[in-house]
Amino acid sequence: MSTPASSPGLVPRLLRHPLGSPALVFVVLAVAVAVAGRWLAPHDPTATSVALVMAPPSAEHWLGGDAAGRDVLSRLVVATTYSLAGGMVVAALAALSGVTGGLAAGYFGGWVDTAGAWLTALVMSAPAMVILLAARTAFGPSLWLSMAVFGALISPVYYRVVYNAVRAVCGEPYVDAARTSGLSTPRIIARHVLLAVRAPVILVSSGVVAAGIGMMAALDFLGLGSPSTPTWGQMLSEGFYDMARNPLLVLWPSLALGLTMVALVLLGNALRDELEGTSAPAPDGRRAPWRPRSEEPPRVIEHGDADERPVLLSVRDLAVAYPRGGGWTTVVHRSDLTVRRGQVHGLVGESGSGKSQTAFAVLGLLGQGGRAVAGSIVFGGQELTGLDEARMNALRGRRIAYVPQEPMSNLDPAFTVGAQFTDPLRVVLGRSAKEARRTALDLLARVGIPDPERVYRSYPHQLSGGMAQRVLIAAAVAAGPDLLIADEPTTALDVTVQAEVLDLLRELIDELDMSVLLVTHSFGVVADICDHVSVMSDGTVVESGPTRSVLAGPRHPYTRELLAAIPRGNPRPPLEGARP
Amino acid sequence: MITYSVKRLLSGAALLAVLSVITFFALRLGTQGVAQQIAGQSAGPEAVALIEERYGLDRPLAQQFLSWAASALTGDLGRSWFTGQPVTEAVLSRLAVTVNLAVGSVALTGALGVLLGALAATRRGWPDRLVQVLSVLGQAVPGFVLAVGLVLLFAVQLRWFPATGYTDPSDSVGGWIRSLTLPVLALAVGSVGGVAQQVRGSMLDVLRRDHVRTLRSRGLPRRRVLYRYVLRNAAGPALSVLGLQFVIILSAAVVVEQVFSIPGLGPVALTSTARGDAPLVMGVVLVTGALVVLVNLLVDLLQAFLNPKVRLS
Amino acid sequence: MNAHQQDPLLTVDGLVVEYPARGWRGTPFRAVRGVGFDIRPGETVGLIGESGSGKSTIGRALLGLAPVTEGRILFDGEDVSHPTHRRRRELTSLIQVVYQDPYSSLNPAMTIGDILTEPLTVRRVPRREALERVRDLLETVGLPADAVRRLPREFSGGQRQRVAIARALVLDPRLIVCDEPVSALDLSTQQRVLDLLIEVQERTGVAYLFVSHDLTVVRELSHRVAVMYRGEIVERGDGDTVTSRPSHPYTRRLLLSSPVCDPDAQARRRAERRRLSVPS
Repeated sequence: MSTPASSPGLVPRLLRHPLGSPALVFVVLAVAVAVAGRWLAPHDPTATSVALVMAPPSAEHWLGGDAAGRDVLSRLVVATTYSLAGGMVVAALAALSGVTGGLAAGYFGGWVDTAGAWLTALVMSAPAMVILLAARTAFGPSLWLSMAVFGALISPVYYRVVYNAVRAVCGEPYVDAARTSGLSTPRIIARHVLLAVRAPVILVSSGVVAAGIGMMAALDFLGLGSPSTPTWGQMLSEGFYDMARNPLLVLWPSLALGLTMVALVLLGNALRDELEGTSAPAPDGRRAPWRPRSEEPPRVIEHGDADERPVLLSVRDLAVAYPRGGGWTTVVHRSDLTVRRGQVHGLVGESGSGKSQTAFAVLGLLGQGGRAVAGSIVFGGQELTGLDEARMNALRGRRIAYVPQEPMSNLDPAFTVGAQFTDPLRVVLGRSAKEARRTALDLLARVGIPDPERVYRSYPHQLSGGMAQRVLIAAAVAAGPDLLIADEPTTALDVTVQAEVLDLLRELIDELDMSVLLVTHSFGVVADICDHVSVMSDGTVVESGPTRSVLAGPRHPYTRELLAAIPRGNPRPPLEGARP
Repeated sequence: MITYSVKRLLSGAALLAVLSVITFFALRLGTQGVAQQIAGQSAGPEAVALIEERYGLDRPLAQQFLSWAASALTGDLGRSWFTGQPVTEAVLSRLAVTVNLAVGSVALTGALGVLLGALAATRRGWPDRLVQVLSVLGQAVPGFVLAVGLVLLFAVQLRWFPATGYTDPSDSVGGWIRSLTLPVLALAVGSVGGVAQQVRGSMLDVLRRDHVRTLRSRGLPRRRVLYRYVLRNAAGPALSVLGLQFVIILSAAVVVEQVFSIPGLGPVALTSTARGDAPLVMGVVLVTGALVVLVNLLVDLLQAFLNPKVRLS
Repeated sequence: MNAHQQDPLLTVDGLVVEYPARGWRGTPFRAVRGVGFDIRPGETVGLIGESGSGKSTIGRALLGLAPVTEGRILFDGEDVSHPTHRRRRELTSLIQVVYQDPYSSLNPAMTIGDILTEPLTVRRVPRREALERVRDLLETVGLPADAVRRLPREFSGGQRQRVAIARALVLDPRLIVCDEPVSALDLSTQQRVLDLLIEVQERTGVAYLFVSHDLTVVRELSHRVAVMYRGEIVERGDGDTVTSRPSHPYTRRLLLSSPVCDPDAQARRRAERRRLSVPS
């Protein structure tokens, strides 16, 4: 049978987790006490003795006696059983209804989905305590009933988590693939959907058990539990009335309740870290220093070049790395790159070759702790590595601009095109609101947007991909930058739109006299617009030169392989006996 | 936007209607022998019948519900079976106190949650650790345990605040604040962590998105991108969590009011359920339900204001 | 190859696919507006179009994943536009699919062996027999035999797409819908996967409906080609003619828009494309 890779070794991994291991140990201990409580308790938890009334701790009675003269420790131990069981029953009932409902609504959609959404909204807008009290009035003071009702009230937690997981999975092509493999619906749910739902259900369970324990304790505290069974909530309630005389009577049940719940929540957090891989990376202080992969610098094959224009951007021996675990993942490895004034320089490579990372390093916008760990980036005579935030901001948007790959995700969905277009013009370039608006409208018209006023007022989700990319290009060139960094600017677009956007870029380059660093995976795009090209492989630039020279006479084996691999488009002959 | 608001309003009304129906029938089914109880154990069948007639308990359930619903729509929720006091009056006179408590707690939760969450997301370090600890505590320690602890420390040991009771602001504003400080704290501490965690999480999520990098590439300072763009995008999920926290706080308020002997809806709910006073229980359920629906509506409208996709579709 | 070559394996006639409206006032979205074509045994028919042209929807309709609003789909003479659930499940052994994204089309939590034997085990094929069949297939698609015990994430995109092709082949289907099977792959692996598809077709005689936005790729694989634009077929014919000497203006624009990697040739194409778009 299929086994997820995460399940073997989950317990060992939890035991290595700094907070997970004590939490796990505590929870296991609490469960053991709950199971064996009856036999562990040193005294009869219900036996009263006058000598024990409010007795201080002693050798015989470690935690003393309560107001009724009962042994506190014994009551505390026995109460563990009922308190934990209450929480678990609540969680089990909640999981039963929430998981089933979430599965059904997520998988079948339609009216089941609508009904489920409405029902959860209903349940979630009902204050739990008030409903519990009302249910008690209606159906009598039953512990089981309270647990069932609270289970139902908290079941939306499961419902939502399962529903979202199922929705995500059902959108995955592998579920379509299972359907087209002839699997029946129950089988798809059992094999593919349940697998995806398991982790989130485990994750929320510890929290739900904690909430169940808390709610049951609250009911007992209000005196709504069953008086014959000792629970932590009941002990708290009794202790509360004698708090002024003996605060310790409140302390013990509070501690038992609080520690158990903290342990459960911490266990849940640790589970999430391990199941979802969100463990924090080691802090910088404990990270091993970055080291190059090899001492020998890689060799770049340079084609002869007659270009004598001054150098605008010079990247030398650059290495970019991201912190990972206790060390580093190097994504760009001792790379060289030269962009001259007026040059359109293609940086071409396959996915994971480090081409985009090189571009982000020049922009100084590496995400998630990534940094240029070695080498230099000189732009217009200024060293960019190690430059402070303020100086870098002075360059970005003014002298270095950026056009991204995915037009839709690169516009802020919460602001109009106009708002996010003009904000940098005012803040960075110091234009007035009126000037900024005029500039924006002029530029929108310039990049071929038919109705600039309308687009200016639009939100990103109201634009097509091609339109959004034109907006991004217009915003990038607003300040007349010296260098435009375009990261796969046409990859997300249709071919016909790509051709138009490339035309637009070509015009703007001539008009504004910009240099361009164009990151792409397509040699066709390189041939269309670039006068120079550098080929990247595995984090390093391996070959560089004028486009014609590189495309016609590739010298590095990788470049040759790449060019040879491009589908040639040899037509297939028609099948024999075909109709015209 | 108007269609959207009307839709949300209608859906809220429908929710209340369903809540009323379920509660009404459940309560009536569960309080079958109530007439005998009201009349006293020794009362004869005539006296019981008289009571049943007076409260309309002899009529079919559906008919009882319709007449209750009809007068409820005019604002009359009937009379308590045991005290004869009009339910609307009994509930509304206590509502203000609970609303004070809940709104105070939610406001404190929201303010602290956004502040701590934003700090944790941008600075890491100590705010981050504080948010982690708070959110674990908030999830783990029930409000009433915290309340008991606060009473023990600040009222019994240090005597800084009154242990119990409630002062109306019309009597003394200072006394009002002092009487609400501990209960509001007890309720808010549980929720701050959750909200802060959500703000932190969604801010970190937004910070990773492409459009943030693009805005930064235009030279906007980090701080401006953070507080103008990231926070606005992260506000939606945080607002939803705050709305959920309101329901939780309302629930926890019942117990916390008991701890501090505050005359809010909690004691009304407790005594009426203990006695089986169905009209009063009904009133409490309906009013708290309406309160939640109102808050959710507010959240939805704010949500639409923040998210143009919701607003314009 | 076989005697029935003139009888089409699949006939699509007047196909309309309409997605129901969202909300009670919306209008339904018509993704495919009356499309007809046929595929003969062992033949590849290419469907070219840009995003939103409805090309992928046609493939999904054949697989029963999109609603057939009007028109007919005949498979081997049988009308399969609205089959019963049971028949639909049976049909899955005859019509198979290779999806675009090799990352999301394989369940990340299942081993390659489980993924490949699943279609067989649900049909009660003994596990031992199923595994034997899978080992053969792995060899056919050029993957090592020990892949059976490994998880999808241990493989590169191109290798995963080989797994997806093996999954499509495991039931010996007569038609495979290839939905952009190489567009998510890196350049260096595209050609190898295309070669594999041709090789498999020559060996097994399976027919392909090859859906793609990339003219070059379609040309390599397709005996015949249909060009889609906004839910309709605007041009059709044999692969070479349509992809190198198209007659419809849209197809010509499409052809000239896709850049070639020779700067001088590309400059000529660009100029030609501009001439083409001026009069419009």
